[in-house]
Amino acid sequence: MASSLLELSALSYECNGHRLINAVNARLESGTRTLLLGPNGAGKSVLMRLCHGLLQPSAGDIRWHPNPPARQAMVFQRPVVLRRSVLANVTFALRLAGVSAKARRDLAQEALHRVGLALLADRHAPTLSGGERQQLALARAWAITPQVLFLDEPTANLDPGSAATVEGIIHAIHAAGTQIIMSTHNLGQARRLADQILFIDRGSITEHTPANEFFAAPRSHQAREFLSAERP
Amino acid sequence: MRGDGKDTKADGVVSEDLQQKRTLIERICENAGMNDLGAAFIQAAHLLAGREPALLGVIVLSLRVSLSALLIASLIGAPCGALLAVCRFPGRRLLIVAFNAMMGLPPVVVGLLIYILLSRAGPLGTFGLLFTPAAMVMAQSVLIVPIIIALTRQVIANDWEEYAELLRSLGARWWQIIPTLLWEARQALLTVLLAGFGRAVAEVGAVMMVGGNIDGLTRVMTTTIALETSKGNLAFALALGTVLLVLVFLVNALAYLSRPHSAQHGI
Repeated sequence: MASSLLELSALSYECNGHRLINAVNARLESGTRTLLLGPNGAGKSVLMRLCHGLLQPSAGDIRWHPNPPARQAMVFQRPVVLRRSVLANVTFALRLAGVSAKARRDLAQEALHRVGLALLADRHAPTLSGGERQQLALARAWAITPQVLFLDEPTANLDPGSAATVEGIIHAIHAAGTQIIMSTHNLGQARRLADQILFIDRGSITEHTPANEFFAAPRSHQAREFLSAERP
Repeated sequence: MRGDGKDTKADGVVSEDLQQKRTLIERICENAGMNDLGAAFIQAAHLLAGREPALLGVIVLSLRVSLSALLIASLIGAPCGALLAVCRFPGRRLLIVAFNAMMGLPPVVVGLLIYILLSRAGPLGTFGLLFTPAAMVMAQSVLIVPIIIALTRQVIANDWEEYAELLRSLGARWWQIIPTLLWEARQALLTVLLAGFGRAVAEVGAVMMVGGNIDGLTRVMTTTIALETSKGNLAFALALGTVLLVLVFLVNALAYLSRPHSAQHGI
């Protein structure tokens, strides 16, 4: 897997006159798991969508070194599944990724197996439970072996059991060599998954530190407030 | 049925001529009355059970014309509707308003326009299509294309809101997005097609004008019903009316039953 580095310089995004991302600078190294933390409306989702290319920046640059990853994927808070079989959901993504018709089925089945949905391959995807849908979304993303995977609060709507399953899958995807960029509100999850923490408050990055440092001694007062609210 | 001549024969004083007139008046009165409705239904059932070739021909032509019109209108209307839902371009809103308004196109106006186009002196006159089933297919297609465009756009716009981020994240381009969304919305689009078919098969004015209602050639169910009713032949008209109703009911029932179990429960 080609190593890549994501560099944001003076990145801004405005929508209807509101500045949602305000001149952000950051360097995200390949191979790491970076977790985006911050209060609701801080701009975590917007920042990930900018990096993934779903939104166009109003100003500033997003640069990948040496070049943008040919394969990147995103998993959303509310998993959207197509109205077809579980397997067909995955082969659809593979087709769009330019995988040959012959290879799609095997790759899709393998991806479903890895996320634990192999037995549900023939089910009509809309009949899956919320947790299973998110597993399917992860299989769909993993099948194309992305260099970077963006996850926007992937466990926010799930029960603890399903959330643990999803965390396990994210762990495995990273272990297989994919860079993870993920937002969450769950501090426990951030502790378990993060190598780096990117703390965002009102469109600005106030802190970008290794996870152990962040949880031991947050530098910015916004992060300290955020962490203290969690404690009983 | 009353008045099969026996009562009037009994008073033999009346002259032949007067007797005939009385029978005629009686028949007209009966035709206008409720009595006849039941009788007509019975006659309709007989006609249908007897597989009357004239009746069958009319039904088959109706279906051929309206299904052809539906096919043409869907091939044009569904992709156009999806494009209007997904793509942003100048004049898009104007087009949406225009197609919504055109859902209510008056059939006689469409009939007139197609008539002018196809008439011997018209721009398409050389093809000699006026008073043929092809002209009727054209008229019905023109009538239902706006319906299919407008309804498809609504259906696809809802889905697009849900799928936009996923499809763009997967790297889909618009020419991949349009067929995907049409396939995803297939159940809802079936209802759209039914609405189009319903409008086409029930339409009288336009097909009457461009088809000419020629017996055995361009006579369809609706034009026959109109003609036979004006001739006082209510039984035949009612038979066709029944077929039309049953047909529309069956098509709708089939469409509903063909939906997957989950869709019926709104999942």
